[in-house]
Amino acid sequence: MNRSGMDKFKENLKNIRASFAASLLRTKRPISGRSRAAVMLNNFFLHIQGVRTNINTLRPSYTFGLGLVSLFLLFFTTISGILLMIYYSPSTGEAYNTVKDITYVVFAGSLMRNVHKWAGEGMIIFVMLHMARVFYTGSYSRPREFNWLVGIMLLILTFVLNLSGYMLPWDQLSYWALVIVSNIIQSSKELTDALGITPYFDIGGMAKEFFLGGTVPGKATLIRVYFLHIMLLPILLFIFLGVHFWRIRKDGGLSRPAGSAEKSVFSWPDLLRAETAVFMLCLAGVLVYSFYVDAPLREMANPLIPENPAKAPWYFLGLQEMVSYSAFMGGIVAPGLAILGLALIPYLDREDGHAGIWFSGRQGKITALQSMFAGAAVLAGLLAFVIRFGWFRNWWPDVPQILIIMVNPAGIWVAFVALWSLRVIKKTGSTRMGAIALFTMFLVGYVMLTYVGTELRGPNWEFYWLKSQWPMH
Amino acid sequence: MDDKTGDKEGITRRGFLGMASLWAVILSSLTLLAGIFRMSKADVYYEKSRRFKIGRPENFPVGTVKKLDDKRVFIFSDNDGLYAVSSVCTHLGCIVNAVDWGFQCPCHGSKFNRDGRVISGPAPRNLPWFKISRHVDGSLVVDAGREIRTGTKFRV
Ligand code: HEM
Ligand code: FES
Repeated sequence: MNRSGMDKFKENLKNIRASFAASLLRTKRPISGRSRAAVMLNNFFLHIQGVRTNINTLRPSYTFGLGLVSLFLLFFTTISGILLMIYYSPSTGEAYNTVKDITYVVFAGSLMRNVHKWAGEGMIIFVMLHMARVFYTGSYSRPREFNWLVGIMLLILTFVLNLSGYMLPWDQLSYWALVIVSNIIQSSKELTDALGITPYFDIGGMAKEFFLGGTVPGKATLIRVYFLHIMLLPILLFIFLGVHFWRIRKDGGLSRPAGSAEKSVFSWPDLLRAETAVFMLCLAGVLVYSFYVDAPLREMANPLIPENPAKAPWYFLGLQEMVSYSAFMGGIVAPGLAILGLALIPYLDREDGHAGIWFSGRQGKITALQSMFAGAAVLAGLLAFVIRFGWFRNWWPDVPQILIIMVNPAGIWVAFVALWSLRVIKKTGSTRMGAIALFTMFLVGYVMLTYVGTELRGPNWEFYWLKSQWPMH
Repeated sequence: MDDKTGDKEGITRRGFLGMASLWAVILSSLTLLAGIFRMSKADVYYEKSRRFKIGRPENFPVGTVKKLDDKRVFIFSDNDGLYAVSSVCTHLGCIVNAVDWGFQCPCHGSKFNRDGRVISGPAPRNLPWFKISRHVDGSLVVDAGREIRTGTKFRV
């Protein structure tokens, strides 16, 4: 019994692995049901998740892990972004050179920049896909309406974060995207001009000055955009993400078909194993992509010579296509209505019993397909018409601007989507079917307009079937 | 307990004070917010002046067009005089190029005729003409802050 101090010390040293693990997990090895529950409950990072997970949640073909992929991509952008901050300097004289240094002289700098860029832009794709999964499985219905709204905020933040990042390198792409964006912000001037009230109430001009910190893009602008990109927007994103996850728990975990077997398994290890697998796939995907594909860096910003064609980043080229008829309708009203329409979906479709079933069954699949083909045909027809024949101003150069604001391709497309969705509601007698029509056409519109803006528009925003047909200078 | 006093016509003292302080909180928060927004607009911008000299009239012989890149104007000179046309597209702010028939914007394809009037594309307004005047030292001054009617030329 009489152990010496030395013996105790040796024994502690021998057990150090087990005692550290116990102190970390605050429980015994998670092998029994009881300790598996305890390990989830007692750990700060794990207690965000439930002790048990429904087996439907673990079905890969239910979530496709898309929300998780978005989350992990966010992690990668955060970490690589912090590393980029070590060198980056947000002044118009320095910014471009520091980004160039990161790309060419910093060890692994180019890789980190690529990871940051591709994981960030990847978020756009995966957040949209996640939203589509949530939508088509009807997971926005009671009690998850509010979490859908939180999701819309996350979607907006993802877009704005990407856009603000695009402006930081201060190369030609950044500068001319900034010029275009600041003028879209200003575009309600088009309306006040048409009404003749701009001299008294120039809300567009005020908004532009607020954003630019001046009347033209410059020093003040870059600092503002930097502040948005590394402080305000990330903080908001993480707050909304916290609410997003908290609501998933409070709303009873992920949606599942009503009356499905309430069969669940312990989260440790099944859920954690699945999550780790998704994480490894994401990491591998981002690293491989970033190893082979470099983030672009053009010449330093030159306010005297616009790029031709001057294009916004690809995820905004759908907007730019709409903007190329009327800045105010295409840049503010149409996207505003799209966001509003998406946000209202769970409040205007309150049919229960659809949650957890892809497309809510056969009728939903048919509605989605019909809307997809009808939407694609109408939009393609509309675009072909304006590309071939132009719009009002080409026919009557003196047409008043207010008429173009009221009747233009962007507005016609939005009106068509709204009318078609209402017609579906009337025909099927189901608001869920109307929602499916609306959402499907939103996706069709986004994808098609983005494709046209990215691939089919060349110098002077003229139409070309192939990039190889662009005239060279 | 206060139900009785609440029944009386008008408003109780407690109710009044409560509403008054609530509104004081709301109003002062709004003022604070307005101040925060106002703070983001500096009283002075260190930007280039919108009025600039372009040199003596002899530099602009009749029948020529000069593009002053950094000033963002074209200076035209014809038999009726000189005029300055903005080179900033009224759609979303790209710089237009001069071509035979007028101006072409590279960004979304707006076209303007030689007077700067929109002939096609999304641009909502004509390219503005700026006021030209003469400094005492004899050189010409363009004021890009003052738009004048299209067609008003400066006789040298
Ligand atoms: C930064 C962006 C986002 C992240 C990181 C994120 C993350 C997640 C994660 C990890 C889940 C768990 C289930 C899954 O993996 O599918 C989830 C569920 C959910 N998300 Fe998101 N999300 C984001 C954006 C959105 C958007 C744009 C929407 C819709 C507008 C949305 C709506 C929802 C809803 C309603 C659920 C519950 C789904 C159900 O109960 O089946 N989220 N989110
Ligand atoms: S900026 Fe000139 S057409 Fe858009």
